[in-house]
Amino acid sequence: MHNLHPSPAQGQIGLNINPMGEADSSDGKPKISARGVNFYYGSKRALNNINIDFTPRRVTAIIGPSGCGKSTFIRLLNRMHELVPGSRLEGEILLDGLDILAQACDAAELRKRVGMVFQKPNPFPKSVFENVAYGLEVNGVTDRNLIEEKVVDSLKKAALWEEIKDRLKDSALGLSGGQQQRLCIARCLAVSPEVILFDEPCASLDPISTAKIEELILALKKEYTIVIVTHNMQQAARVSDQTAFFLMGDLIETGRTDRIFKAPRDKRTEDYITGRFG
Amino acid sequence: MKKRNIIQKLGFSALFACMAANILFLGTIIFFIAARGLGAINWEFLTQAPRDSMTAGGVAPAIVGTFYLTSGAVLFALPLGVACAVYLTEYSPKGWIVNLLRISINNLAGVPSVVFGLFGLTVFVKYAGFGVSILSGSLTLGILALPVIISASQEALTAVPQSTREASLALGATQWETIRRVVLPAALPGILTGVILSVGRVAGETAPILFTAAAFYLKGYPHSVFSEVMALPYHIYALMTEGTHPEIQTRIAYGSSLLLLALVLSVSMLAIFIRARQRKTYHA
Repeated sequence: MHNLHPSPAQGQIGLNINPMGEADSSDGKPKISARGVNFYYGSKRALNNINIDFTPRRVTAIIGPSGCGKSTFIRLLNRMHELVPGSRLEGEILLDGLDILAQACDAAELRKRVGMVFQKPNPFPKSVFENVAYGLEVNGVTDRNLIEEKVVDSLKKAALWEEIKDRLKDSALGLSGGQQQRLCIARCLAVSPEVILFDEPCASLDPISTAKIEELILALKKEYTIVIVTHNMQQAARVSDQTAFFLMGDLIETGRTDRIFKAPRDKRTEDYITGRFG
Repeated sequence: MKKRNIIQKLGFSALFACMAANILFLGTIIFFIAARGLGAINWEFLTQAPRDSMTAGGVAPAIVGTFYLTSGAVLFALPLGVACAVYLTEYSPKGWIVNLLRISINNLAGVPSVVFGLFGLTVFVKYAGFGVSILSGSLTLGILALPVIISASQEALTAVPQSTREASLALGATQWETIRRVVLPAALPGILTGVILSVGRVAGETAPILFTAAAFYLKGYPHSVFSEVMALPYHIYALMTEGTHPEIQTRIAYGSSLLLLALVLSVSMLAIFIRARQRKTYHA
């Protein structure tokens, strides 16, 4: 729990029941797999039989019209759906081959490995420094030097350090929207996740801030597995290696981004990306 | 001028008039009490115990008593009320039971204070055996303050955006860590508003302490939580209803009223100061 750089074996604390296949995430093996996932809000079915793999150290974009279930789906990957009362999930979601939905898998431990950046920047009403240090502190890091080092490092990785290094003690709420979102990314990086989920991270940002976030995503994929939900198809084309198209709770088509955009196999995918609906 | 502009002007004028009327009432009360009370207040009044059947001397034991009772009530009601509000807003499953509880708590705020006084007499003074004491009075006043503190805390907690909770949980914090380290600090200004309101109410209450804590006249200061105390509101009541020198006593009563007002205001100021500092630190 205190080890923020888990080796593959240590990283499965809390996940090591019922090992399914190999837990190795080396090339060829998906980092995350969803198998036969159905999801319900009360009696309303929101996702139908979703099967998808996410390749390690690649960016996968999830696109689709509003209400298609893309945000619902991404929130299953770190079990944030559990906050919604009356929701129900069927199927399997595997992280490095281990079932994250198993009883013995601790949600907090899972979320440390699978971080999330939300639609609207949601920094804590605390200082810039405290925002980034928070994840380390709740995960039991007490060494102030280590925390400081990690905070600086994370802010640098999130391309925010130069703008913000003199304002570490100021409230995070005083930053611009784009800076707040990069702070949220830094906060997420500080706990050394393996996967980062972006849920429409640029939805409330201006074009310049959006460009910065996209640049950042491209830089981060060298180290992290990234899943990004976006309703902006240009953005999907710019940042992602793979694209999945959702429509009304179904996964219609998935594949390499250039292929999806140049030669969609399904008529509905073609209609959507050429702007005929949605 | 167009008709709708005239209507707008009329509307704003009416609103201004209502606001001005409020200020006027408030100003009149403060002016009235200050004009009649200021003359009674001097160093002796603030530091001495009453003498000569309460026609001379000061009201120091009553100041001390009100301070003890109010602090005791807040000390008791604040943790209990905040804990209750946290449970209701953060943990308990949403549904009709919680709604019923919420309605009951709000109704509790409307129960006449003398009823709380009788409850305190039965439960704390008699049944628990605390006697007429600071402890019994503080607990009774605390129960009186609970609904206000619970309601204000619930409002404050509900006002913390869900996205803030999600941010914390997504970093691997447990729900408890999220509440303790993010939600409660963010809700603190609102909770303090509840404390301010309840201090004002508790410090000025007479009925709940009538049977549970207050003494008409005491020679010295309380020496433990099981002592009876004098308290400003009850002192004012006693001065106006008993004794043989109504004119002198009325003057002292107004002095005590002004003091009580100042005391409540200064406690509120303290809470407002803490709240403002908290807001500045955390809310940009």
